[in-house]
Amino acid sequence: MANVLFYTFALLTLVSALLVVVNKNPINSAMFLLLSLVGMAGLFVMLDAALLAFVLILVYAGAVVALFLFIIMLLDTTPGGFKPFRKLTMVAATIGGLLLALGAHTVTINVPKIAAPLHAAPSLKNYAGMLFTTYLLPVQLVGFLLLIAMLGVIVLSKKFAPVEDVK
Amino acid sequence: MNPVSLETYIAASAILFVIGFVGVLLRKNTLVIYMCLELMLLASTLALVAFSRFQGTLDGAVFVFFILTIAAAEVAVGLAIIVALFRRRHTVQVEELNALKN
Repeated sequence: MANVLFYTFALLTLVSALLVVVNKNPINSAMFLLLSLVGMAGLFVMLDAALLAFVLILVYAGAVVALFLFIIMLLDTTPGGFKPFRKLTMVAATIGGLLLALGAHTVTINVPKIAAPLHAAPSLKNYAGMLFTTYLLPVQLVGFLLLIAMLGVIVLSKKFAPVEDVK
Repeated sequence: MNPVSLETYIAASAILFVIGFVGVLLRKNTLVIYMCLELMLLASTLALVAFSRFQGTLDGAVFVFFILTIAAAEVAVGLAIIVALFRRRHTVQVEELNALKN
């Protein structure tokens, strides 16, 4: 049962991710990104991380994809195709592929086979305890980071008057 | 309870990462490149959650919280930059943005 669910969600995630890449229209890409996120949230639930799945849907599907759609609507861009295939792309792809093959090889060789998680599923209480004790300082820093990002976005999108006009 | 093994999750995450990587390499539209970057980020979060679950420690899952927060901030700033770029150059296709070339 769990196997069927896993393969359904994994297939949903991967196929929609592939469609994000191959779609010519950016709006379709954003929609398939949304579908890919739903599959990913399903995988998170299968890993007993329902809270993370919830946060993923809330942050990514609710904020990020909506933002993408807004920007596509604002910019009104022409649907762009693929870059012409160049030598540099080939080199980058080869290096990336080799690194990935090395990583996959290391994972399959060195990791002891773990068929199932040995421990009980974490509860919401565990997350809260961890976030507000061990990781209290990072939580505060991330809050500041969000504030700085907000200020940065305001500065970036505000139209400043030219210097001559200010004088 | 969870008969799917750790390697299967890592394989799924690796394939997702490769798909995102290929998209970054091949696509012309800056917005789609950005979406592919998000896919790569998601692949890393899947690996983190899987490792954390199978190891029985929560640190990986807590890190995913931070990754999600930072990804949200990054998307906001990145899209603001793309909008500013579009205002100035009237294009978001990467091969037309070659002011720093030569």
